Amino acid sequence: MNLWRKLACAVLAIVLCAAAAANWLAPAGYARQYREATSAPPSRAHWLGTDELGRDRFARVLYGTRISLLLAPAAALLSTLMAALIGGLAGYLGGIWARMAMAVTDLFLSLPWLFLLITARALMPLNVSPLFSVMVTFLLLGLLGWTTAARVLCTTAGSLRSADFVRQARAAGVRGQRLFWIHVMPNLKPVLYAQFWISIPVFILSEANLGILGLGVAEPMPSWGSLLKELEGLVSVSEEPWKLVPLILLVVVVMSFQLLLTRQDEVAA
Amino acid sequence: MKRDVGKWGPMKRTCGKTLAIAAICLNFLAVHSLAQTAGQTAAQSGGELRFCLRSEPKTFDPLKVEDEASAAVRYLTGGTLLRVNRQTQELEPELAMSWKVSKDGRQISFRLRSGILFSDGTPFSADDVAYTVQQLMDPALHSATGDAFRSGTGNVETKVVSPTQISITFPAPVAGLDRLFDQVAILPQHSSKKELAVLGPFMLGDYKPGATVFLKRKPNYWKTDEQGRRLPYLDSIRLDIQPNRDVEMLRFKRGELDVINSLDSEYFDKLAASSPQMAHDAGPSLDSEQLWFNQVASAPIPAYKKNWFRSANFRRAISEAINREDLSRVVFHGHAQPAAGPFSPANKFWFNSKLKPQAYSPDAALQALQGDGFRLENGTLKDKDGNEVVFSIVTNAGSKTRERMAVLIQDDLQKIGIHVNVVTLDFPSLIERMTQTFDYEGIILGLTNVDLDPNGEMNVWLSSAENHQWNPQQKVPETAWEAEVDRLMRAQASSTDPRKRKEAFDRVQEIVVEQQPFIFLINKNALSAVSTTVRGAAPVILSPQTYWNAERLTVTPK
Amino acid sequence: MLKAKIAGHALALVATVLLGGVLSATLVRLAPGFDVDEQDLDPHLSAESAQALRAARRQDHNILRFYFSYMNRAAHGDLGTSLALGRPVRTLLRDRAPLTLRLLALGLGLAWAAALALALSAAWLRLSVYDAVSTLVSGTLLCLPAAVLALLSVLWNVPGSLAIALIVFPRIYRYARNLLAKSYSLPYIVTARAKGLGEGRILFWHVVPGVAPQLLAVAGVSVSMAVGAAIPVETLCGLAGVGQLAWQAALARDLPLLVNITILVTLVTLLANSGADVIGHMVRGQES
Repeated sequence: MNLWRKLACAVLAIVLCAAAAANWLAPAGYARQYREATSAPPSRAHWLGTDELGRDRFARVLYGTRISLLLAPAAALLSTLMAALIGGLAGYLGGIWARMAMAVTDLFLSLPWLFLLITARALMPLNVSPLFSVMVTFLLLGLLGWTTAARVLCTTAGSLRSADFVRQARAAGVRGQRLFWIHVMPNLKPVLYAQFWISIPVFILSEANLGILGLGVAEPMPSWGSLLKELEGLVSVSEEPWKLVPLILLVVVVMSFQLLLTRQDEVAA
Repeated sequence: MKRDVGKWGPMKRTCGKTLAIAAICLNFLAVHSLAQTAGQTAAQSGGELRFCLRSEPKTFDPLKVEDEASAAVRYLTGGTLLRVNRQTQELEPELAMSWKVSKDGRQISFRLRSGILFSDGTPFSADDVAYTVQQLMDPALHSATGDAFRSGTGNVETKVVSPTQISITFPAPVAGLDRLFDQVAILPQHSSKKELAVLGPFMLGDYKPGATVFLKRKPNYWKTDEQGRRLPYLDSIRLDIQPNRDVEMLRFKRGELDVINSLDSEYFDKLAASSPQMAHDAGPSLDSEQLWFNQVASAPIPAYKKNWFRSANFRRAISEAINREDLSRVVFHGHAQPAAGPFSPANKFWFNSKLKPQAYSPDAALQALQGDGFRLENGTLKDKDGNEVVFSIVTNAGSKTRERMAVLIQDDLQKIGIHVNVVTLDFPSLIERMTQTFDYEGIILGLTNVDLDPNGEMNVWLSSAENHQWNPQQKVPETAWEAEVDRLMRAQASSTDPRKRKEAFDRVQEIVVEQQPFIFLINKNALSAVSTTVRGAAPVILSPQTYWNAERLTVTPK
Repeated sequence: MLKAKIAGHALALVATVLLGGVLSATLVRLAPGFDVDEQDLDPHLSAESAQALRAARRQDHNILRFYFSYMNRAAHGDLGTSLALGRPVRTLLRDRAPLTLRLLALGLGLAWAAALALALSAAWLRLSVYDAVSTLVSGTLLCLPAAVLALLSVLWNVPGSLAIALIVFPRIYRYARNLLAKSYSLPYIVTARAKGLGEGRILFWHVVPGVAPQLLAVAGVSVSMAVGAAIPVETLCGLAGVGQLAWQAALARDLPLLVNITILVTLVTLLANSGADVIGHMVRGQES
């Protein structure tokens, strides 16, 4: 494993361990309100200051990591697999299958899914645990987020059908599922990795935006998405740059994932 | 040609002096006249006032106004017979020079000003008032403005005595009849331009849907100032449609906007720190925020929860367990006051001054609950049947203050072992739960009081009404106290004696505070931002806070 | 034969667009909050008025009846009237579409120019540092909420199209970069390098044409990405386009407006993706 990949693994491991050890590392629970010290700057007691309700921001970043760092990659994996199955398989089979799958994909891209999400919230009881609510949110994101990659995968798989190595494999008697999984699928990796990598931050941010529909993580539980929403108060960020820490952390984690997914021989001169 | 002044002698010198004095006087007059014209020109080059509307105006028909954006346009363009002075809260003559309400409260007579023209040149007369009233009282209209006058079944009669005199008779007494005319903009009977022909200080110049409403000065506006200068001073008003408050604040700081009519408390403090002369806190407004529980018998929530919510003791205990001082301090940065009851102290006449805000006392709350059979077990409160006290509080997403209040209340109630789930929903979903499915447990929302008179809230306090939020449309009052409130509200509505009305409504306020169907939380302060380029602004608590005197404002260039 | 094929594709396109309209109408109708309005909370409205207003809203209850009457009117050029804004949908779309089209065209143009420039130069140079920096830039943009990018464009007084470009660019860049990087490991590229072909020639004559169909597919879906980005950008930047209209319509559950916007978006998406497919086939045909 090269140096960059080792570094990426180390970073992700540190972040995960810190999140797991939140109970010991955090100065207070993520819900504890220091009402006399709201919107406070960093200090010895609160390393990243407090939010508008006096909650320790460092604690909220740590606990929020648990939610976002576990569920967002899981949802990203789900959407990637769905894209692979629907787009990849349709492209491989070609003909009417590909046309039908792509028509369905295009429809999926165009429909106002906002209303499905609103309906999903309505079907959930009001008294659900914040964890259940956020899990349902990421599941829905995973189930709806496959369309972009599916389209590209269909085209890629379609062009692979007539590739030399596929013809050679077919001539050697390899057929059906084996041909798809062993010869075609590995060549779809660039698109699959791109889909996975893009989906992680997109889903983290989308989870926070879905708060407007009653989905997403419920108060007082934090998530990176809800912490990043603080950046929308641009007027205050320039005066309170510590609010950028969740963004920096997310960028670092996203870069680490990218380093893990990139093969060195695809990059080095 | 040389002048030999010396030949004229003393008489010539006297004539000369007189001429000189006359010349000086003439000069003075010329200068004064020039100054007056210049002053008039300067006053009528009062610049352009720019501010934001939070949503698209739904209509320019003044009779159909329901939303804030349409109300803003109506306020600036509509000519009314009477106007509530937003500063003094007194009713003042406008297009009507004088008015008289009959003793039985059914008839109102106006003496109108003459020589007034609509913006298209059509002359204004009593016929236009009659026409407007007939349109307003048309049963097919279905508007809040018209419904405010509907006190009983039957037709409204208008009698035009002369072009400047009219009397209007209603089938039943209308409480606060004269003040309701503040909302009625007079329409022209004979103009082809319909609602676009207006009597107010401004008229619609241009409308770009989704972007801007541009109002220009009405050149033949009837009002003049004390010096005889024609109003308004402003040349135009530009209203940009911008729902996002962060963007609104950015644009104000950049000088692209002149006022922010209703400012969030977090922005207020930042503005007050950097430009204190621009931030205005007019004190407690009429607005309130409240929490209430679902008391609808048919609500799809567990029966044991209905029992909690229908217990006044439970509601009072919850009220006691909420720290209102913290809500004011933490959520509104001190720009709010704990609420004492349904009306804010800013409503000087109608507020029951005997009422005080509920003091924060979690111990007393717990004791009260224990009296009802609740008990605390390992930090969790359980009712007499062993059910854990867990309920949800719903509020509308997008309102940061309500979301934060809900989280603070969640924390407060956790201290007495009650677990609260905070749910934010989009507004239509919330309204559906509140008014149709009744699938909710607790809701936090606010009441924005546009009018001072409690008669405007009849549909909130009458148990049979739709807006009796905690348990609407009761066929018969389900509790004795609601029956009493019904009786008192009807009594004040049918009385024309302000003292008797106040007595009745004071008692309503006392009952509501005792029973806590609404747990009143806080009264927000009226916060606004006014740029230093705006002259004549005097922000008040009544809406519209900053441009209530738009006809006298000027905007000087930076 | 060709005519029949084209007719078949056109029919499939129309059928998909109409299906999109029906499905979106169904989604809106079944979602909670369809039958309500903020007027329901106005205590100044009498019971009769409130009931009359509710009855007027109930006309759209039966979704199939609504859709058939909509199709009937649409065939005569009447796209219905917006419930929230009280104006003809046709006028609303006609007034707002040009702004959104300009926004999308500029935004996509900028995004693709930046993505291709970075991806191609990264592929040509194949330097780890260059790759890392461009990944860092695109990664950071991906981690910024769209609302923040839109607000930044207001703060810095730059056009909304730049905000759209910044939202769409990282997604396009990642796909393009990965596709180009993968191509370099293909046997015929290794052979070309072994035979001493220059890097530029390899990149533009062999690598790019090889991934052109996939890049075109990304181009097709990037239109949908841009359409999605237009909603927060137009809303926050105060641009009176179709994106802002879509958001207002969604909040107000404005069925006539939402159905028309969905049909428009489905049409644009299908045309973009079908166009990408056709050109991709032509390029593949030329290659082989």
